[in-house]
Amino acid sequence: MSSVSSHPQSLKRHGISRRQLYENLFLVCGFMATLIGILMMLALVASLAHDGIARIAPDFFANFPSRHSEKAGILAAWVGSLLVILVTALTSIPIGIAAAVYLEEYAGQNWLTEIIEINVANLAGVPSIIYGLLALGLFVYQFGFGNSILTAGLTLALLILPIIIVATREAIRSIPSSLRDAAYAMGATRWRMIADHLLPYSSPGILTGVIIGLSRAIGETAPLITIGALTFIAFLPPAPVQTEFPFISFAWLGSPFTVMPIQMFNWVSRPDPAFQQNAAAAGLVLLLMTLAMNGFAIALRYRLRKSLVW
Amino acid sequence: MNTATARTRPDPLPNPMAIDSIKIAARQIEVYYGSKRALHGIDLDIYAKSVTALIGPSGCGKSTFLRCINRMNDTIATCRTTGEVLLDGENIYDSAVDVVRLRARVGMVFQKPNPFPKSIYDNVAYGPRIHGIAKSRAQLDEIVQESLERASLWKEVKDRLNDLGTGLSGGQQQRLCIARAIAVSPEVILMDEPCSSLDPIATAKVEELIGELMENYTIIIVTHSMQQAARVSQRTAFFHLGDLVEVGDTEKIFTNPQDERTHGYITGRFG
Amino acid sequence: MSLPSNFARRRHRQKIQEWVIENLLFIAGSLSVLITFAILWVLIYESVQFFSTVSIIEFLTGTEWTPLFANPHYGILPLLSGTFVSTLVALIVAIPLGLTAAIYLSEFAPSGLRETVKPCLELLSGVPTVVYGYFALLIVTPALQKTIPDLPGFNLLSAGIVIGIMIVPYISSVSEDALRSVPQTLRDGSLALGASRFETALKVVFPAAFSGVAAGVVLGLSRAVGETMVVAIAAGLQPNLTLDPREPAATITAYIVQVALGDLPHGSLQYQTIFAAGLALVTLTLVFNLAAHMLRRRYRERY
Repeated sequence: MSSVSSHPQSLKRHGISRRQLYENLFLVCGFMATLIGILMMLALVASLAHDGIARIAPDFFANFPSRHSEKAGILAAWVGSLLVILVTALTSIPIGIAAAVYLEEYAGQNWLTEIIEINVANLAGVPSIIYGLLALGLFVYQFGFGNSILTAGLTLALLILPIIIVATREAIRSIPSSLRDAAYAMGATRWRMIADHLLPYSSPGILTGVIIGLSRAIGETAPLITIGALTFIAFLPPAPVQTEFPFISFAWLGSPFTVMPIQMFNWVSRPDPAFQQNAAAAGLVLLLMTLAMNGFAIALRYRLRKSLVW
Repeated sequence: MNTATARTRPDPLPNPMAIDSIKIAARQIEVYYGSKRALHGIDLDIYAKSVTALIGPSGCGKSTFLRCINRMNDTIATCRTTGEVLLDGENIYDSAVDVVRLRARVGMVFQKPNPFPKSIYDNVAYGPRIHGIAKSRAQLDEIVQESLERASLWKEVKDRLNDLGTGLSGGQQQRLCIARAIAVSPEVILMDEPCSSLDPIATAKVEELIGELMENYTIIIVTHSMQQAARVSQRTAFFHLGDLVEVGDTEKIFTNPQDERTHGYITGRFG
Repeated sequence: MSLPSNFARRRHRQKIQEWVIENLLFIAGSLSVLITFAILWVLIYESVQFFSTVSIIEFLTGTEWTPLFANPHYGILPLLSGTFVSTLVALIVAIPLGLTAAIYLSEFAPSGLRETVKPCLELLSGVPTVVYGYFALLIVTPALQKTIPDLPGFNLLSAGIVIGIMIVPYISSVSEDALRSVPQTLRDGSLALGASRFETALKVVFPAAFSGVAAGVVLGLSRAVGETMVVAIAAGLQPNLTLDPREPAATITAYIVQVALGDLPHGSLQYQTIFAAGLALVTLTLVFNLAAHMLRRRYRERY
């Protein structure tokens, strides 16, 4: 039987073997592949900044869109984004946390629970534009909400619901059962244990999921176009807070609107390079906002994992 | 650090062909895991074409020492080794040494059988393939068959070489791992408690195999079973708390140990 | 110490409270099932109406998609080809990058590097897709035009490349988890035979983790199929039955956007087309998600 070592040969290397060469080559490629994230991010920021930074000025934030590129601004867009996200947050956070609490603390090991869990997993993989179609058929026409901020907020809430549910479940799961037992031993009912102990302890993890979800919602375009968000809005929705009785108005919920990513989409679709500069500026604002939110959430989760002291 | 009585010149081996031929010589081997010292200055000679058993209570360092011989400790990040291990007179810890070549000459069988999730054929053919040993498919077939025969597994698997290696029973898996190790024609085979996860029948088969393999390979076996050491080995080394306490002819170690600690372990007073 | 006198009354109130809360939570939990049903209902309802006018055969086999023309055709093949080509380009970019990164991070990288790189890859998946679209149209396409002459301003190639980079985190993260969970004893067995770390990674660890890795790839595939804005911005909105990525074309998703941008009377046939297109899309992504789920389950069973 022939072999590597039919005569004892030296163990010492003779130069670089071919296998060692392949390994070294792979190490280089592998390292570069992992850098793709950083490189891409830098490329995005650099190109947007290069193209659009000239346009970033106070009037950019304070102006409505206009046919004249130098005067066009994102006022309607960022106000719209803000209001839509408000609706999204107010809807998705309670429902998401409630659903997660149910699945983790109340649901039994039966087929119904499994169906719910399969659905949550499935919804996370549904393309965002499908949520737009759902909202179009259901919210816009069936319920009659029209293409309004309310519809937009609800659509995005449905979209990010799986994200919040999954993040909350993970946060709750990481609480050791000894803490629950301590609460029960004091005579707390299940809900008291959840409200007084479980949720407060898992709030950093929940917060992380919420931030990631909201940052995703801010950047979503396709579902909102589908429900009919207009791309040229030269007015602001009625303010939620008014100076006269009853001080709080809900008229803004029914108002037509636009959001930041749609504004950027509109400008980028125009052949005029001047508008592309506006698009780059809007994109820069949007990107920095989402990066800041995501970065914050990741840092929060990282610090959480390190400082877990039970 | 050895006790004064440990380093005695061993008696001549039963196999006259292997007298005085030292295959592996360990010199002042010390192993650190981080700052904790696991082996204290081990000096040990291993004779060619024989079976040497390493025994001792758990945590005494025998597996750590075994893993020094094929430098598997290198894969553990916190592990540091000083000293020399000479294979046919060449120090394997020399900086110019290619670990890949070393491991082609010194094979290892692990405590829990670890066949790859590949076919039986591919498991045995893995080593020859990566070292480019076989020049043709026919040659590879030959190597696979011979390795399985030497591992006493051929008759049981010859009709199902394409079945998954992980589908065999525990004892068969371990013999497959032995065949896999043999396929690259090593000179030394290291066995780390190879029977500890096997039932008595499978264990007996593997021990019988070791007796056959001894004629062609140098075998070092770590075992927690003194009976097994007595059955399969010619020389035995007793480790305790990171020291090599005593080494000698197996029969002598078990009937007339020199060191008190050896005596204590063998009579079951501890470990 | 004895219990306070109103204890029984308090307990009774508490029990009612608990019951109410549990049911509220259950409703929240089952909302996800309702959403799935709602999606299917809306899509099927409108599609059924659509298919009462247009035959399914024409829909599935027709080669022209011109529902907004005077002489409309309703063959979805051009949209499918657009989706197919952009996804294919994306996978050609993402699979090598994602797998190389995953193997490197799992088998070779020091843990400090792994901790820094993983969040960066996560950040990549948080970038708004319009920004990716901008990048594809105004940076990647001009750069490609320098090497590929006659490359039109709208093309599937740029869109595909950018989508590929976008889905790298999906592939690399799932694959890396799969690779890391291969037991160390398999690696030891390979190393002990004299294999190098790279050979071990390629010939033992990767095959062992294969179904987990496949799940990651299918996940990325599903994401690429559902992508909208990058193709809407960079590949144009003109349906075009082609397999050449250098041409402009519309995907299923881009078509829906195009129609939504215009004026659509509710209930018209054109309105219904977007739901039919949406149904086709959901079917595709559902199949992929199911496949990924089953692959992942099969992988977990082995270990």
